[in-house]
Amino acid sequence: MTELSPQNLDEQKEKVTRGEVTPVPEVGLGFVATFRRDSVVAFRHRGEMANPLMFFLMVITMVPLGISPEPSLLALLAPGMIWVVALLATLLSLDGLFRGDYEDGSLEQMLITPQPLYFQVLAKICVHWMVSGLPLTLMAPLLGVMLNLPAEGFLPLWVSLLLGTVSLSLIGAIGAALTVALRKGGLLLSLIIMPLYVPILIFGTSAVSSAIEGFPIAGQLAVLGAFLAMALILAPLAVVGALRISING
Amino acid sequence: MSQTLLELRNLSCERDERVLFCDLNLEVQAGDIVQIEGPNGSGKTTLLRTLTTTSGDYSGELFWKGQPLAKARLDYLNQLLYVGHLPGVKKALSPRENLAWYAGMNNGHQRLSVEKALEEVGLFGYEDTPCYHLSAGQMRRVALARLFLTPACLWVLDEPFTAIDVQGVDNLQRLMQEHASGGGAVVLTTHQPLSIDGVRHVNLLDNREVASD
Repeated sequence: MTELSPQNLDEQKEKVTRGEVTPVPEVGLGFVATFRRDSVVAFRHRGEMANPLMFFLMVITMVPLGISPEPSLLALLAPGMIWVVALLATLLSLDGLFRGDYEDGSLEQMLITPQPLYFQVLAKICVHWMVSGLPLTLMAPLLGVMLNLPAEGFLPLWVSLLLGTVSLSLIGAIGAALTVALRKGGLLLSLIIMPLYVPILIFGTSAVSSAIEGFPIAGQLAVLGAFLAMALILAPLAVVGALRISING
Repeated sequence: MSQTLLELRNLSCERDERVLFCDLNLEVQAGDIVQIEGPNGSGKTTLLRTLTTTSGDYSGELFWKGQPLAKARLDYLNQLLYVGHLPGVKKALSPRENLAWYAGMNNGHQRLSVEKALEEVGLFGYEDTPCYHLSAGQMRRVALARLFLTPACLWVLDEPFTAIDVQGVDNLQRLMQEHASGGGAVVLTTHQPLSIDGVRHVNLLDNREVASD
């Protein structure tokens, strides 16, 4: 085993360029490349990206008009309402996660790069969360004010959404990958993903309402964190498998 | 030196109860340019997709440098460049950004700089123009610029000449010839007759290699 001096490294690169040795994929480089590409694409399509956010904002604005402007009633509804709408807004944005790549052929290219697909997928999901889940989370306290959410509920709402929306993006990506090759996958996507979202919704809303009622919420947040850890490790694996099946067809 | 790069043994593919090709045997050697021929719907693209490992819907065996493909997958993918029917170019990005992604996928190993490659395919001055402002031919050229960047030795090209002008087709053929004489190999589908000597023709309709004239 030779030492890895800069000189050796250059030599190694030369050999790789000449095709003499098989380079081990530099995972970081691939992750950064995909992350950067997807962020730029998301930024260029920012109008589309704002759709789920607008949906979130509009539904929450309509609630006092449609149900009742009574502050005590709104306070009762607030945790569940914000969580349900955040969940639906995420669902709305999922369909496009792999669709663009599928249609222009870059998904196929992603599958046959020497890079591990796991990290490519993770990079794509990170960007998806940054343009959907993160803005929703950041805006949630504002909507809490509109729905007269009691003061004790704000921090739990924020933390639970922060933990929960990442899981929503990760789990949702599985459905998006399964339905990417179908022409009308929208309905199927919702049907596949909805049941998997239910536990996150239950623990998310219960964290907020428990906090309002003065109970400790560490348990709910721990469960949300456990969901997140599990999804972070396992969801990309499922997505990779689903993408290979979708492209194969 | 003629090293066997890719070997297909008894490759068959059936789709919707229709046999596309069966018992196809082919050895692609270093220095070969193989043109897959056949009418529309005869399975050319399916064959190429099988070669790129994106389609596992076949029976038969594939070997890369004498090893089963499943075992030599990483080495194979490192040495493979596939330009498919879809260009794999993001319309929202500029040619430079598109190629930078491919460079990242390739661990940054490139033969030329992105600017130089774009100049070679005649897109000098378009480096930072978003691809949706480019014409179909220019989009295709962005995808083909990868041929100048990649260190891969096996090129699999699906209809590379679509929407490319006469001059561009000539340049592309010259590039393939250079690549083949440098020890690489090209497998391509096209309906256009190639003006390169020594091209091997494989006709999918009767599953045999046509003796080159």
